Amino acid sequence: MSAPRSIVDPGYVDAHGALRAERVRTDFPIMDREVHGRPLVYLDSAASAQQPRAVLEAIDYYSTRLHANVHRGVHTLSQEATAAFEGAREIVRRFINARSVREIVFTRGTTEAINLVARSWGAGNLRAGDEVLITHLEHHSNIVPWQMICAATGARLVAAPLMPSGEVDLTAFEKLLGERTRIVAVAHVSNALGTVLPVRRITELAHARGVPVLLDGAQAIAHQMVDVQQLGCDFYAFSGHKVYGPTGIGVLYGRESLLHAMPPWQGGGDMILTVAIEGSTYNELPYKFEAGTPNISGAVGLGAALEYLERLGRERVAAHEQCLLSESSARLREIPGLELVGTAAEKSGVVSFTVQGVHPHDVGTILDQAGVAVRSGHHCAMPVMTYFGLPATVRASFGCYNTRADIDRLVAALTTVREVFF
Amino acid sequence: MDVRELYRDVILDHNRSPRNFGRLEPADASAVGHNPLCGDALSVTLRLDGDRLSEMRFNGQGCAISIASASLMSEAVSGKSLKDVEALYREVHALLTEASHVPSIPLGKLMALGGVREYPARVKCASLCWHTLNAALHQSADAGAPPTVSTEQS
Repeated sequence: MSAPRSIVDPGYVDAHGALRAERVRTDFPIMDREVHGRPLVYLDSAASAQQPRAVLEAIDYYSTRLHANVHRGVHTLSQEATAAFEGAREIVRRFINARSVREIVFTRGTTEAINLVARSWGAGNLRAGDEVLITHLEHHSNIVPWQMICAATGARLVAAPLMPSGEVDLTAFEKLLGERTRIVAVAHVSNALGTVLPVRRITELAHARGVPVLLDGAQAIAHQMVDVQQLGCDFYAFSGHKVYGPTGIGVLYGRESLLHAMPPWQGGGDMILTVAIEGSTYNELPYKFEAGTPNISGAVGLGAALEYLERLGRERVAAHEQCLLSESSARLREIPGLELVGTAAEKSGVVSFTVQGVHPHDVGTILDQAGVAVRSGHHCAMPVMTYFGLPATVRASFGCYNTRADIDRLVAALTTVREVFF
Repeated sequence: MDVRELYRDVILDHNRSPRNFGRLEPADASAVGHNPLCGDALSVTLRLDGDRLSEMRFNGQGCAISIASASLMSEAVSGKSLKDVEALYREVHALLTEASHVPSIPLGKLMALGGVREYPARVKCASLCWHTLNAALHQSADAGAPPTVSTEQS
């Protein structure tokens, strides 16, 4: 149940089969705005990606034509809203190739998805002396929920170390994966550095010991093919707003047998079958984990975002971002005093760097004055910063709407940083 | 808006060569300030002579605005009576946040921080050291561990 769509070729692909990012850009209304009198150059998609008109229109159509509460009424609107919401769930299932929509739980975002697993799976499976194995490059949202459940159960949080390239030391990881390891929770892609982790290998190693694996896919979902069956992972978490959808909606994929065995973590409407004061029975998957009225318009927007990305061609977008990554890395290296942080062989479209003698926040402010939006800070990954002995970095990250001209503007603005400070 | 309005020469100078950088040991009072949004941390140690702040040093890492602000603060408050320090604290806060504020006391080089007002995201960088100093001064009366302040509280 969504707004009618044109079938005319939108012209996303050039004669060589590559993405025409200049054309893609016109689908994003925000790209028309100016910042400090300059056309916006948005290089902060790793923090939050912008939304194409298709997403905004899907949310608008839902809100103005279909909105009602889901799974509740016999009236027309409730049925249409339910169809739109459940339609979005099916789009998510297809997008990540899950076996069944029962394995797709809507959450507020990646953070809530990981908290769900830590709380629900953790409470039932972790005992004193058990270990949860993560890595040193995790986002805080894949560290803190585990610290909390470890504190509650007496389990211990163990982190595999990094190497200077910003890659996880797989040999050390293998050694840390031991008799006491109960779950492995790692990023698919590092948000601070762009490192792509060898998650298939990690999953094989863990499964060889019968240990389930959670992948934090927040930084991967928009930038490469994600097939949960091929990855073999047991849980996969991601956020709508990192994949050109709205904020406040995200997904937990969970292997059905695991989700089935897990207790609900929040109680309320929609997650029950029957309620009596003496006790309640719980709803089936995935509703058991969706207490309360969900973010319906958010789910509809997420569905539209995933369909949009499919129309662009996910592999085409990934190839485009790899071009931007290699060109920007090469050109930034030429800037005196600039040092790239994170030089893994396999990276996503993220360039983290420092400028000698200038704090990343000052770089961020000067770039902002030039209309160039980048992230500066610790990227909610303080252990990564500690490893590199840095308080913060500047991070430019790419999306489907970024062009080579954006890199020109970034490089030009970085030149002014030196003019101001030296 | 020219970014040089923010990064005035005085700011760049104090960032490059911070004055009174380090720690006083022993100190009569100290405090630690955090900006959890950027991970920056700053410590302030000071010595008192009666109701006068005789000496102050700061330590830590941060952006040009936070380092320069702390350095300028250290020069401005050293040797001042606690009452005058309190007045400076209020005036600098107003300078950083109120568009048409006219200082009621001469602020000297601290006026260089006036450009920060136009950059709301950076006001906390400039005010962190002042909040930390304030915490140190209010701690000195009662014994115990040095207080910690954060830009994200209250």
